[in-house]
Amino acid sequence: MHELSVCQSLIDQVEQIALDHGSKCVASVSLKVGPLSGVEPTLLQHAYPYASAGTVAAESKLVIELAPLRVSCEVCGCETEAQLNWLVCGACGDCHTKLVSGDEMTLMRVELITLKDMNNV
Amino acid sequence: MCETCGCNITSGNQSIAQQVIKGTTAVTVLKNLLAKNDDQAAHNRQHFDKYRLLAINLMSSPGSGKTALLEATIDALSDKYRIGVIEGDLETENDAIRIRAKGVPAYQITTGTACHLDAHMVHDALHHFPLDGLDLLFIENVGNLVCPASFNLGQHLNATLLSVTEGDDKPVKYPVVFRAANVVLVTKSDFLPVLEDFSVERAELNLRNLASIAPVIQLSARRNLGLQTWFDWLSNELAKQRARISKGESARSKTQSDDVRLSLRST
Ligand SMILES: Nc1nc2c(ncn2[C@@H]2O[C@H](COP(=O)(O)OP(=O)(O)O)[C@@H](O)[C@H]2O)c(=O)[nH]1
Ligand SMILES: [Mg+2]
Ligand SMILES: [Zn+2]
Ligand SMILES: [Zn+2]
Ligand SMILES: [Zn+2]
Repeated sequence: MHELSVCQSLIDQVEQIALDHGSKCVASVSLKVGPLSGVEPTLLQHAYPYASAGTVAAESKLVIELAPLRVSCEVCGCETEAQLNWLVCGACGDCHTKLVSGDEMTLMRVELITLKDMNNV
Repeated sequence: MCETCGCNITSGNQSIAQQVIKGTTAVTVLKNLLAKNDDQAAHNRQHFDKYRLLAINLMSSPGSGKTALLEATIDALSDKYRIGVIEGDLETENDAIRIRAKGVPAYQITTGTACHLDAHMVHDALHHFPLDGLDLLFIENVGNLVCPASFNLGQHLNATLLSVTEGDDKPVKYPVVFRAANVVLVTKSDFLPVLEDFSVERAELNLRNLASIAPVIQLSARRNLGLQTWFDWLSNELAKQRARISKGESARSKTQSDDVRLSLRST
């Protein structure tokens, strides 16, 4: 259950961003998570309300976008789709590939309700 | 009216203010979720590099033989290298006591119910631990094939252990921790003759299918089999690390959370 630690770390970042922008309320938090990131999106969703309770993000929505698994081959240069247990080159089958996408757990966007927005209403 | 400090929201108008809000400001971030841990890990690595030591994180299931491997390594190499061990495996002092019995300094991190070590725990340990003069620092992580792989500790290299009693399909089931390995150690090889269904070749093939080119070393800490290959790997990696340090560089382990490349690419 390291997803709770990951969520707590996420909330720390979100709180700092809200503070930097003078916001007291976060509307949504968007992540991009790959299948090789080591975190389970559903467990993140479960942990989020516990980690965000009592913070500026308490009422916010957590949006998780799944990143695709793609590798690029150092031998033939092709970029191909991959699977969790099959990360060799889809074109030539060599195991000298680099992950192009799939191990990220990235905080992409935070949607803040700021005073400026309120004044514009 | 002040736009930043929130002084225009009083308790009286707060609920109304929040109800009527339609507009929001989107802030693009593109940062690793564990950015704070990564910063601490980078700081830990500075400690390690200052003393020119090589820090290795050991990851495996519980009971795969991490402590036994450390004992055998200390027995064989403590004349040649100064070794230190940070134990994070269990709340008890048992493993640290086993290491200290070999005459090597060991610090026990008490993780309580935690399922992994993080960079802050290791940093706290570093300040209780004499790094001065060490050549090799081993960090025995919590026995768990899932959580430790996500947290960089500042180590230079990862060793992932797979004991032959666990089955050769472990890399298929836990790709993240096996991909993070700079070396995969197939432990308790003395059991191989009585285990019909464990094939070291198949374990290695499963690893290659994860696009890992890490060396696979088959060994038995208790029966003293194949250990020389592991010792040679250690000596070689220490020499490589010292050469990097002399050039003002360092190594970064492959732990997932350390990988900011994708955060930068995903724009
Ligand atoms: N037969 C055999 N047993 C081993 C070997 N290495 C470890 N063990 C045993 O496996 C059990 C767990 O080992 P330990 O080092 O405590 O595992 P850890 O939890 O990964 O630190 C102990 O009973 C060890 O004696 C080995 O190479 N061969
Ligand atoms: Mg142990
Ligand atoms: Zn866990
Ligand atoms: Zn190819
Ligand atoms: Zn420090």
